[in-house]
Amino acid sequence: MAAPSTTLARTGPSRPVRSLAQRLRGGDEIAHTITFAAAVVVLLITALLVFELYTNSSLSRAKFGWNFLVTSTWDPVAGEFGALPFIYGTVITSTLSLLLAIPLGVGAAIFLAELAPPKISDALTFLIELLAAVPSVIIGLLGVFVLIPILRTVEPAIRSVLGWTPLFQGPFYGVSLFSAGVVLAIMIVPFIISISREIILSVPGDQREAALALGATRWETTWDVVVPYARKGIMGSIFLALARSLGETMAVTMVIGNDPKIKASLFAPGYSIAAVIANEFTEATGDLYTGALIELGLVLFGLTILINAIARLLVMSTTSKGAAR
Amino acid sequence: MTLHLARRKTVNLVMLSLTGLCTVITAGILFFILGYLAIHGAASLNWNFFTKLPTPVGETGGGMANAIVGSAKLLFLASLVGVPIGFLGGVYLAEFGGSTFSFFVRYTTDLLNGVPSIVIGIFAYTVIVLPQKHFSTLSGGLALGVMMIPIAVRSTEEFLRAVPTSLREGAMALGASKAKTILTVVIPAAKHGILTGIMLDLARVAGETAPLLFTSFSNRFWSPGWEQPTAALPVMIFTYAIAPYEDWHQQAWSAGFVLLALVLSVNIVARIILSKKGPVPR
Repeated sequence: MAAPSTTLARTGPSRPVRSLAQRLRGGDEIAHTITFAAAVVVLLITALLVFELYTNSSLSRAKFGWNFLVTSTWDPVAGEFGALPFIYGTVITSTLSLLLAIPLGVGAAIFLAELAPPKISDALTFLIELLAAVPSVIIGLLGVFVLIPILRTVEPAIRSVLGWTPLFQGPFYGVSLFSAGVVLAIMIVPFIISISREIILSVPGDQREAALALGATRWETTWDVVVPYARKGIMGSIFLALARSLGETMAVTMVIGNDPKIKASLFAPGYSIAAVIANEFTEATGDLYTGALIELGLVLFGLTILINAIARLLVMSTTSKGAAR
Repeated sequence: MTLHLARRKTVNLVMLSLTGLCTVITAGILFFILGYLAIHGAASLNWNFFTKLPTPVGETGGGMANAIVGSAKLLFLASLVGVPIGFLGGVYLAEFGGSTFSFFVRYTTDLLNGVPSIVIGIFAYTVIVLPQKHFSTLSGGLALGVMMIPIAVRSTEEFLRAVPTSLREGAMALGASKAKTILTVVIPAAKHGILTGIMLDLARVAGETAPLLFTSFSNRFWSPGWEQPTAALPVMIFTYAIAPYEDWHQQAWSAGFVLLALVLSVNIVARIILSKKGPVPR
């Protein structure tokens, strides 16, 4: 698929040389310069963003160094800041959301790509993509007033089955790491579905036909042939979802409980990086406090950039493989 | 042997039904959200919501007129920042791209798209709020504008790329310069797609709360001009939802209903327009 623009761009230099006045009259140089400037602005904004996060957290970085990431005291009054409880909360809630969203998302993607008739599949995908457009504060609103009461009623059932593990000990107030994980799962499932569906649809048909011809059932064909073929792309969609999960703020802030403690139980309230920034930034007094919160932003930025970079590479590698066939 | 086959067939049936169940659950969540907000939000919605200022705690009535106007002002500022940069950047990538530089721009744009919105909020805070020493509509608009850029760039690029090469070649063959070709042939051909992309982009940032918390902050009154803190619908939903007052919860539901209706209707219209023009180019 040769992009039209590239071929045109390459013919540029080979054209006979025209005078500056001619070129300016055509406006080519002007158009090139203006749009080039816009592209540079995108790069500059990104660079400035990194620069601002880095310089504005200098106070906190100088005082705590790497210990910032591994200590767990968060005491604004004493000026002691350690990010571990927030990193812990972010990692736990994201992991939980993936555990819930991966089976649901990949299952639905398989159904939409392999089983459902195209018209029904398109209609359902449309709805699921609308779910992705619901603002996070609205998911949070429903989380507080609807999901938490529901979780309170199913909590005894969960406890009776899994109560023996350290993960489901202690009282359940409603706001908890568990609730945050469930809310996040709802928010990332549409991403996994819509990208995975695309990837599965791009698996060549002869792969399926060959397996079916060998006598495999529909499920065996899907699970043993189609899904392994699309594995990298599905992984990519999961990483994209993870990046979103890590940075999600509002819905998590509303249901996680905002308690900077590290507890093994998912039923205990916790805190996440994004939530603490949202809650404490406006109240932060003193440069050190603000600096520590901005450093948390830097940590979050680094994490999501890393995960995103991996995800893009994974998705790119599968889609180009699909296109090559 | 038949037993083995029967087992395989059962597994087939069970697993396939399970995938169907996954789909039903996910789509069901959307209907649940819509239904719940429609019932709880629409019920307490009245004209006051659109025309009155918030009332002090304890007084019933009142509305969120200032938040609606605030959101509109923020979106206006956001499009002033996001649309020109995004559009022109997209034109560059589609029409003048092809080098390592444009690969780099494209990758950076994708990464910028993945930056959590709260981090963009910190950025706007350090760039505008910190030097000015006060919260302002301006800084909130900048935060939302930066969030708009990546999607504006990528959707503009995709729709321009979808314009057939023959159109460009036709214009060039008639002697039009490259700039003239882009301006009078390529962009008009991709106009609808680009506009729809920008509408979707606006709908996305309209629901953003996190970047506004410490940029445009909040305001219980009107916010004249661009230099003062302003209320915005998403932030109001957040504040009202976590407050301990029953009356405020009702208002939060109304605001949630209005916001969701706005965001989803833009999404539905945009997606219908796009699907009529064939599959969205990737």
